[in-house]
Amino acid sequence: MSSPAVEVIELVKRYGGTTAVDGLTLAAERGAVTAILGPNGAGKTSTIEICEGFRRADGGTVRVLGADPGDSSLRARVGVMPQAGGVPPAMRCAEWLRLMSRFHARPLDPAALLARLGLTEHARTPYRRMSGGQQQRLSLAGAVIGRPELVFLDEPTAGLDPQARRACWELVTDLRAAGVAVVLTTHYMDEAERLADHVVIIDRGRVVAEGSPATLTGAERQLRFRARPGLALEELLSALPAGSAAKESPAGHYIIEGHVGPELLATVTAWCASEGVTADDLSIERRTLEDVFLELTGRELR
Amino acid sequence: MTTLDLTPAPKAAPFPRMVLAQAGAEARAILRNGEQLMLTLIIPVLLLVGFSLAPLVDVGEGPRVDFLAPGVLALAVMSTAFTGQAIATGFERRYGVLKRLGATPLSRTGLLLAKTLAVIGVELLQAVVIVAVALALDWQPRGSMAAAVLLVLLGTAAFSGLGLLMAGVLRAEATLAAANLVYLVLLGCGGVIFPLTVFPDGVEPALALLPISALTGGLRAVLADGAALPLGAVAVLVAWAALTLGLASRTFRWE
Repeated sequence: MSSPAVEVIELVKRYGGTTAVDGLTLAAERGAVTAILGPNGAGKTSTIEICEGFRRADGGTVRVLGADPGDSSLRARVGVMPQAGGVPPAMRCAEWLRLMSRFHARPLDPAALLARLGLTEHARTPYRRMSGGQQQRLSLAGAVIGRPELVFLDEPTAGLDPQARRACWELVTDLRAAGVAVVLTTHYMDEAERLADHVVIIDRGRVVAEGSPATLTGAERQLRFRARPGLALEELLSALPAGSAAKESPAGHYIIEGHVGPELLATVTAWCASEGVTADDLSIERRTLEDVFLELTGRELR
Repeated sequence: MTTLDLTPAPKAAPFPRMVLAQAGAEARAILRNGEQLMLTLIIPVLLLVGFSLAPLVDVGEGPRVDFLAPGVLALAVMSTAFTGQAIATGFERRYGVLKRLGATPLSRTGLLLAKTLAVIGVELLQAVVIVAVALALDWQPRGSMAAAVLLVLLGTAAFSGLGLLMAGVLRAEATLAAANLVYLVLLGCGGVIFPLTVFPDGVEPALALLPISALTGGLRAVLADGAALPLGAVAVLVAWAALTLGLASRTFRWE
């Protein structure tokens, strides 16, 4: 059982003339949470849907629990939460989850799962009358009801209120602790940072970075301060250890990256004093995953 | 907080249990849907009662109910197997229900079997109501029950094929419109309420090849005239079933 839960090698997917997935390679380990991050249209859902067996790859290799994604024996072993829908609008919440449970030999107790996700009072509500957040939670319940080895969650917390989001996070954490492999896509950096053992950032159908949240954000920290715009940073840089970087973004906000320690701090403040500048709001921060993400995928809207 | 044992223990349920669970859900959905109930029960019963009591159309010799009951039974089969199934399946595709079911251990064969069982279950219910109403109107059925059941099953196959063919290719709204239109046209041209003999001589043989005409004609031959299994009707229904189910299995899009 040493092979990864999901192994994607050089995956290619095209729709007409556009290439949605362009030689993507990633692996998701058993008993771990893997988060796939990327801007809209980066190829997240295409990749996940190929792993789920909903779409066919145009190139590359995909193995899910050691099998081809189209293998029918996977249907019992893999839980799926699509981005939206999948439930008949007139069907009641508990009725649908009970139906899903009957497809499995050793399912979770539907009532207990509904209670866990705060849906007990909506058990008799038809799907179309449930709020978006309630529908999301029901869909999540459907993904785990059959006690799968691997679950794919496509944007599980999109549109959830903070309480529901927390309930979802706790369930993901418990799944991981129980040895389930979780692969999720998300737009929320804090979610990936908090839940994931492994983060894969994809853009334009390719992996642009991957690693644990700590590796991605780096051991490096940042020194930030505010001062009057237009300071001559080249001068400062020459005084700093090699490998440091300094930038002004936006105007009047300065960020120094590198080995941020007492020495660097002393150099920066001394330099500011020599320039006759007061550094305001001086702080030392770790880079967030969001910083990394925007650095890699750009700031422009898509 | 409730503790749940999330330790992986995946295993598909036995095939019959999955199929029965899905069939139950499908049957409940049909019976819960008001518009579908209109189509499956209310319209057939109203037509049966209305045209049996009022001499609006010429149905030939014999009591009117003897002519109408087989036609209305055929109409009931068409409304459930074709119209209702086409519309429901079209919207299931649109709402991602079919796609979601594709990610469960229930296979496509299992899903189709479940749909068929649900349709047959609802048809049984329709038959009980229609036969009860017809008997109350002094209907005196003749002929072989087995022959009638065989015709109904073949009709169900042919109409299901037609409905799934439509639902698998057209958009949900287009399926809704087309399924209702085809229902009306077949109701008018298929010998349900009035015999095919009212149509011009040139058109009548063509209309006789419609699946609804074969089913009404076949049921009428058995139940009204006490004929043995009408092979012509059987041949037409088998041909329609083979054609539509074959085409549907090649063209059906699950999402």
